[in-house]
Amino acid sequence: MSRSLKKGPFVDYKIEKRILEMNESGKKKVVKTWSRRSMITPDFVGHTVAVHNGNKFIPVYITENMVGHKLGEFSSTRNFRGHAGTRKK
Amino acid sequence: MARIAGVDIPDNKRGEISLTYIFGIGRSTAQNILDKSEIDRNKKVQDWSDDEFAKIRTIISDEYRIEGELRSEIQLNIKRLQDIGSYRGIRHRIGLPLRGQNTKNNARTRRGKKVAIAGKKKALK
Repeated sequence: MSRSLKKGPFVDYKIEKRILEMNESGKKKVVKTWSRRSMITPDFVGHTVAVHNGNKFIPVYITENMVGHKLGEFSSTRNFRGHAGTRKK
Repeated sequence: MARIAGVDIPDNKRGEISLTYIFGIGRSTAQNILDKSEIDRNKKVQDWSDDEFAKIRTIISDEYRIEGELRSEIQLNIKRLQDIGSYRGIRHRIGLPLRGQNTKNNARTRRGKKVAIAGKKKALK
């Protein structure tokens, strides 16, 4: 079931603050975050966010198309190298 | 055989069922269309008058996206997911389920027919 519209999108307070600050000052810096659960709002467009995947931070450049998705969707937590015995060409 | 919306030609079935032969129209959409055009759901397609056909055609072409148009929309949505590099896009690319289902067993709808792996031993009983 999808989230109630009444509540609005969920964005962690910390990262929202950082992004809004950067929008105001016009600066662009990579923001590190663990908040994979945060929704990408239109304010994020054009910024690069380093999203933690449990091991390291994956830099994600936010484009317009990504609005409405969660940050975690762009930072894979799995590292699948293929099955043993399957030969790659 | 009747012809609605380009290629689709169902007949000798009840209207409610017959309309579902069109890609993008299922049972409930078919019922909505028939109710809106004030045709009995149980009336067979062969008994429809030309007027009724016209009504249905206009309703479908004005309000619903069907067949090729719908297919290309779906493809565009998938392509968007793939281009932004989201988790769901990646799962589409490698042909695995998108919504967190188990893939140890089953998931055959997405993964296709079983392929035998050479050298894999069957469990002894």
